[in-house]
Amino acid sequence: MPTPDLNGQHYEVVIIGAGMAGLAAGIRLALADKQVIILERHNASGGLNSFYSQAGRKFDVGLHAMTNYVPKGTKGTPLIKLLRQLRIPYDALDLCPQNGSRVVFPDCQLGFNNDFAYLESEVARAFPKQIDGFRALVEEVRTLDAFNLGAIPTSARQAVQRHINDPLLEDMLFCPVMYYGSAQEHDMDYGQFAIMFRSLFFEGFARPLEGVRVIIKLLQDKYRSLGGVRKMKCGIRQIHAVGDLASAVELESGDIITADQIISTAGAVETARLCDDQPTNAANDNIGQLSFTETITVLDKQPADFGWNDTIIFFNTRDRFRYARVENDMVDPTSGVICFPNNYQYGEGRQLEEGFLRVTAMANHDKWCALDEEAYLAQKAFWYEELQKVTLSLLPTPANGLTLDAQRLASDMFTPRTVRKYTGHLNGAIYGAPNKIKDGRTHLKNLYLAGTDQGFLGIVGAMLSGISMANFHVLQGD
Amino acid sequence: MTEDQVKQIVIDIITEIAPDEDTSDLKPEVNLREQMDLDSMDFLDIVMELRKQHNIEVPEEDYPKLASLDSCADYLTPKFNAK
Repeated sequence: MPTPDLNGQHYEVVIIGAGMAGLAAGIRLALADKQVIILERHNASGGLNSFYSQAGRKFDVGLHAMTNYVPKGTKGTPLIKLLRQLRIPYDALDLCPQNGSRVVFPDCQLGFNNDFAYLESEVARAFPKQIDGFRALVEEVRTLDAFNLGAIPTSARQAVQRHINDPLLEDMLFCPVMYYGSAQEHDMDYGQFAIMFRSLFFEGFARPLEGVRVIIKLLQDKYRSLGGVRKMKCGIRQIHAVGDLASAVELESGDIITADQIISTAGAVETARLCDDQPTNAANDNIGQLSFTETITVLDKQPADFGWNDTIIFFNTRDRFRYARVENDMVDPTSGVICFPNNYQYGEGRQLEEGFLRVTAMANHDKWCALDEEAYLAQKAFWYEELQKVTLSLLPTPANGLTLDAQRLASDMFTPRTVRKYTGHLNGAIYGAPNKIKDGRTHLKNLYLAGTDQGFLGIVGAMLSGISMANFHVLQGD
Repeated sequence: MTEDQVKQIVIDIITEIAPDEDTSDLKPEVNLREQMDLDSMDFLDIVMELRKQHNIEVPEEDYPKLASLDSCADYLTPKFNAK
């Protein structure tokens, strides 16, 4: 039903999606006094990095860790740049650094934390013949022009193999970089690898005590204070094209909003399919193939009480690490990520009231979406247990007899179906399309992409993407 | 509006958009990017604030004229006085 306050309205810029990228783009445009509206299909902001409450508990949808963490006062890094661009003070984010993380493979482990020297010493310990090659790779990654929006993608595997010739070390470096994350199977663009390597290893992990909602609320408040308009439960049905220009968006309700420019964070393929001059199967070759499932277990003790002090564990139990779509089963439990949101340095007297354990693994979107409700719940229950078992096999047995079963207060689990339902991203692909559109351009001159499919990943990446695309396509040459 | 006043306006804008930068001892003839950690996005913001606060338009092809405080003064003072 068209509503009087939206139908027929005109905005200089329409932003599709109130996730990290959309909110950040909105702030930049509002700062420049543009008339901007953000339209979000869900009733909550955050998109792929949102939050929710259940039975009085607060949960994050995607946040294990905010990567790109640097201490206050560091210069020239993505986090510091974006805080300046958004005019948000560093302290407002409440970023608490990680305790430390590990990459765990059969017979080999590498520890790392927010001090890069530790990872370097671990590589020297576990792979003494590779340390020179590792240092050469690090130097190359440090100086690469990774944010070049015009660069042609090249193979990260080949680039790394120029310096490292031990496949185990190669895999152990790719495992965390791919999980945090890559939209491509087996390999990734070297520029993307460099961006992720820097954000995980040169920079680091942090988390606000209250989780991702701290960041989202900060962005929402800033945007509102600058006069930005945001409408929720406003899904887009179509983008109207006239020649090579987008003229308006049509909402699910039938409301038509005209715009001079549109920034879409819905995804490359999703956006193409919204355009009324494109076929419904547009960009079929660029749909994300990688989707995930994640279990969340709430415990009545802190992970440290179990003897579990890691912040994140990236694990692989196969002979050769495989990062690719799940073919033959609902879930591939042979590799994934274990996260303890409690294990950050929140400061004196500050801790999460309950213990949390999150386990992520790859899942087959089509199989999960094909299940009827009863089978869906049964499969969730089965795979929840399987992922807890894998986790227990990789962690030290608590000396004091604590068990997950005895200490569990509650659990939740999301599947590719959940991600698809709440974000609209095809295949529930959290990391989006395999081929990124680095310059954010589409077939329409005034329609641009930002977010996961423009290519900057993670919370900081998404915000930088919104900022960059707003700056580049709307504000520059204004 | 004198050139010194224009330089102060530019310094004030930089302080606003980059509060963590030290603007106390800037050499007017040296490129601003060499004295502070400013990138192209920051210069976009300087242009934005000139428009918002002072109604001065700087087209994209003129961005290089803002490289140093001296060049800012050369370029902007006539624009301020033409208002």
